[in-house]
Amino acid sequence: MFDWIQNIADWLVYDVLNLNKGQHLAEALNFFVYDTTKILILLFVVIFFMGIVNSYFPIDKVKNYLSRNKLYGLEYLMASIFGAVTPFCSCSSVPLFIGFVRGGIPLGVTFTFLITSPLVNEVAIGLFVGLFGLKTTIIYVVSGVLLGTISGIILQNLKLECYLTPWVKEVLVSAQREQDIFQAEKQTFKQRLPIIWTEVVKILKGIIPYVLVGIAIGGLMHGYIPEDFFEKYMDKDNLLAVPVATILAVPMYSNASGILPVVQVLVSKGIPLGTAIAFMMGVVGLSLPEAMLLKKVMTLKLIAIFFGVVTLCIIISGYLFNIIL
Amino acid sequence: MTKVIKILGTGCPKCQSMTGIVQDVVSENNIDAKIEKVEDIMEIMKFNIMTTPALVIDDEIKIKGRVPSKEEVLAFLN
Repeated sequence: MFDWIQNIADWLVYDVLNLNKGQHLAEALNFFVYDTTKILILLFVVIFFMGIVNSYFPIDKVKNYLSRNKLYGLEYLMASIFGAVTPFCSCSSVPLFIGFVRGGIPLGVTFTFLITSPLVNEVAIGLFVGLFGLKTTIIYVVSGVLLGTISGIILQNLKLECYLTPWVKEVLVSAQREQDIFQAEKQTFKQRLPIIWTEVVKILKGIIPYVLVGIAIGGLMHGYIPEDFFEKYMDKDNLLAVPVATILAVPMYSNASGILPVVQVLVSKGIPLGTAIAFMMGVVGLSLPEAMLLKKVMTLKLIAIFFGVVTLCIIISGYLFNIIL
Repeated sequence: MTKVIKILGTGCPKCQSMTGIVQDVVSENNIDAKIEKVEDIMEIMKFNIMTTPALVIDDEIKIKGRVPSKEEVLAFLN
């Protein structure tokens, strides 16, 4: 499907620039041209498609749906899937959290949503398809959704309400299952399209620098680091590799678009996919800026428990990945 | 009558760009309006919204969770 891009990259590097196959610089450049072109095309398609989905899929509806219907445990899975299809600006995490609590949604279900939403997002999906193929993408999405679901169920059973900050506890007590009827913005597709389009352009503009830096780092690693460099330290038999990769990742922060090209190269250099994905999920899913925001609604203890449970689940899914693949 | 425009947001880039757009629209069209930036999360929660930035004009929520275009803002203010 992407052969033609490879041909362009080959032509540009080997014919136009007249570099020799096998040269470090040539390999790095070839990787950069090929990956950049492919990823930008994919990003554009996926972000545009998700923009349409999002325009019709407002968060208020989700909250109302979850609070109005009895779902016998399925609400965790639903919240997780909703989380995957609705990206939100990380600064919205606190208002979202309160909105859910106020709507009478159990804490665990709310956590599920908060976990899956940054973890599985449209940009990451687009990049995953391009870098690792469809099968790995499906595994990534499914494991991300399950991770949110399972973490949410665990957190619910830990009975954490007492660790919320006082004013959130008040909200919790007075949660009244508000039946605020959702007021959809009444717009035709034609009216929505320019809004969606501006949003797409804005998102692309925002992430392209990260993607380019990521691919450039990836390209350099690809061209200059010997094939078995990482394999020596992080192969499948090294049981410590997954937890070490995950724990190293948590204080780092980047969005999926910046980190994925690097992950791709780590994999091509011999790091098992499960270890690499655990690393990525740690970087994207848990971050210090997010913890700072959550401090407004949770005590430090609760944030620590929240991060701890999610870290544990990421590590477990990393191991599972390594076993399955 | 002076309109009261409130921009709700915790200070993320999207909230800042909404503020910029609203300020531009108000000054370019000489609209009689007072712009308030609401950054305190407790205040924001009183409006019962879940996604920021949000645009509130005379206590009515007009937009939530996205940055509007200048034309949209102008339409709300006229």
